[in-house]
Amino acid sequence: MGRKTERIEKKMVKKKKFKKEILVGWDEKAVKDIANESYVQTIFRRFCHHHLAVISLAVLALLVAAALLAPVIAPYDPDEIVGTFSGAPCREFWLGTDQIGRDVLSRLLYAMRISLLVGVMATLISTVIGVVLGLIAGYFGKGADMIIMRFTDMVMSFPYILLVLVAAAVFKPGLWNIILILGFVDWPGIARLVRGNVLNLRETNFIKGNIVAGMPLGHILFSEILPNTVAPILVYATSVLALSMLDEAALSFLGQGVQPPTASLGNMLNGAQSLTVLTKQPWLWIPPGLLIILLVMSINFIGDALRDALDPNSRG
Amino acid sequence: MAKYIMKRILIAIPVLIGITIIDYGIMCMAGSPLEMLKGPRVSQAAVEAKAIALGLDKPFYVQYFVWLGQLLRGNMGYSVKSYQPVSEMIRSHLGPTLLLMGVSLVVSLFMAVPAGIYSAIHQYEKGDYAVVTFSFLGSSIPGFFLSLLLIYIFTVKLGWLPSSGMTTLGTEGGFGEVLKHMIMPVIVLATSMAGSNIRYIRSAVLEILQQDYLRTARAKGIGRFLVINKHALRNALVPIVTVIGMEIPVLFGGAVIIEQVFSWPGLGLMTMSAISGRDYPVIMGVCLLSAVVVLAANLVTDILYALVDPTIQLE
Repeated sequence: MGRKTERIEKKMVKKKKFKKEILVGWDEKAVKDIANESYVQTIFRRFCHHHLAVISLAVLALLVAAALLAPVIAPYDPDEIVGTFSGAPCREFWLGTDQIGRDVLSRLLYAMRISLLVGVMATLISTVIGVVLGLIAGYFGKGADMIIMRFTDMVMSFPYILLVLVAAAVFKPGLWNIILILGFVDWPGIARLVRGNVLNLRETNFIKGNIVAGMPLGHILFSEILPNTVAPILVYATSVLALSMLDEAALSFLGQGVQPPTASLGNMLNGAQSLTVLTKQPWLWIPPGLLIILLVMSINFIGDALRDALDPNSRG
Repeated sequence: MAKYIMKRILIAIPVLIGITIIDYGIMCMAGSPLEMLKGPRVSQAAVEAKAIALGLDKPFYVQYFVWLGQLLRGNMGYSVKSYQPVSEMIRSHLGPTLLLMGVSLVVSLFMAVPAGIYSAIHQYEKGDYAVVTFSFLGSSIPGFFLSLLLIYIFTVKLGWLPSSGMTTLGTEGGFGEVLKHMIMPVIVLATSMAGSNIRYIRSAVLEILQQDYLRTARAKGIGRFLVINKHALRNALVPIVTVIGMEIPVLFGGAVIIEQVFSWPGLGLMTMSAISGRDYPVIMGVCLLSAVVVLAANLVTDILYALVDPTIQLE
């Protein structure tokens, strides 16, 4: 009996502490600040609740900076033979050298540049295509909607990587072809999302008011409807970015993506298909793999936090 | 119900035809498969004779209609490389792929469903954070890199598991043998699927937990166990069905890469060699098959919805 009361007392104490903390967190000044803050500030504050996302943002910023500054910070030329064949990591070459004596660290920095470029460009292309098709389908409806949505169904019914592989084999693998292929394959999700939002927005009074007032179509579509659906597009685009970076890696790994000597994170892993590299030279394939995971995971965490932060129904 | 299914099938037909046209268009831009044949020892006349024999001298739309006409008669054409009928090739490679896909799907559900529900019930606790972080890791790790890591650990370092094929050469095969070869590919496919599924199921269950009928169930005082296992789980079936439907195309694609890495003798491996050899009839066959599977999976998902959730009306 005595023990039980003790336990309950302990719980009470815990709860009291908890309450105190909440009170401290919500003092009058803070409440006032929240009431006065702008939209961007609100989103930023909510974003910061997601600790992993804040860390991810820092990691991503660091990696992007390293990729952009690659010509400055890379110790060697990525395509130049500077050391012994397949040398293990040492003081001179921090991550060792590859099969033909190029510095792995320098190649890694340049590879990250290429992989980020592919991801960002493919995402931009697919977002633009998706937004335009989604706006047309949602706003004009009827025939346009039917045709666009059936076309979307077709692209979606393809096993995605199969389509990419066939296209990559057909159009000769290479940097810009990969970007275009990924860009032209990733848009259906965004198109559906935008169409759904436009269908909802078209029924709202402010859009109806615009139509009645005789506003030009371009104004209604791009200045009234589009800004109101930017948040979900942004969240979706982060997942497209993560996916297209994964796809680039897979394609290049299979030898159908970015072609050597240009280094990409995927084609640096390509060497690991040989048994000697896999078993004896882990410094050649583990670092690029870890880097892909790190990049994609940070992007995914940031996307997740953005989803919560941009959700108009979320509290806090 | 029957009317709805008929309607869906009728809608699917133009989509399918569109897919074959896109396919054919892309591949005709690629150039002739006979380019591979050309060499010093093959005369121009022989190449032309071969082109006429394969019907490659006709314009692209004629070739397409010839192919479509054959297809309707159940003939998917012959491989340009091995002269085998495509339907025969697909049939012989389908089994291993279906085995791999089916087992991976089941394993991923066994991972994702309990984990997703656990993490929704324990929202914002340590266990929840661990599950969510794992799920992000699962969906962020490239399948081929995970395969390499597993091969490095289990085949190279520990020597426990074989890394390629479905059976060891020179042995009889048998259930145990196949199982051993399947462990690593299944882990890879199931991890990447479970990654996205956990989050999907978690957020779906979180939504269910906030519903009024669950508050009522709790208010009845029937206990936490019954509330969750009887009232919440039944309703969580809808998102789980959605997840299965979404995974089918992903599985088909993921299998291509994983089969390549593990030399699993399935459709993916066959497709990769057809792609690199520009074996059009085979590629067309595989694309068509996968499109049919995906469309069928969508249809089955919608029908399952109605079975799981009586409030959904199929219109």
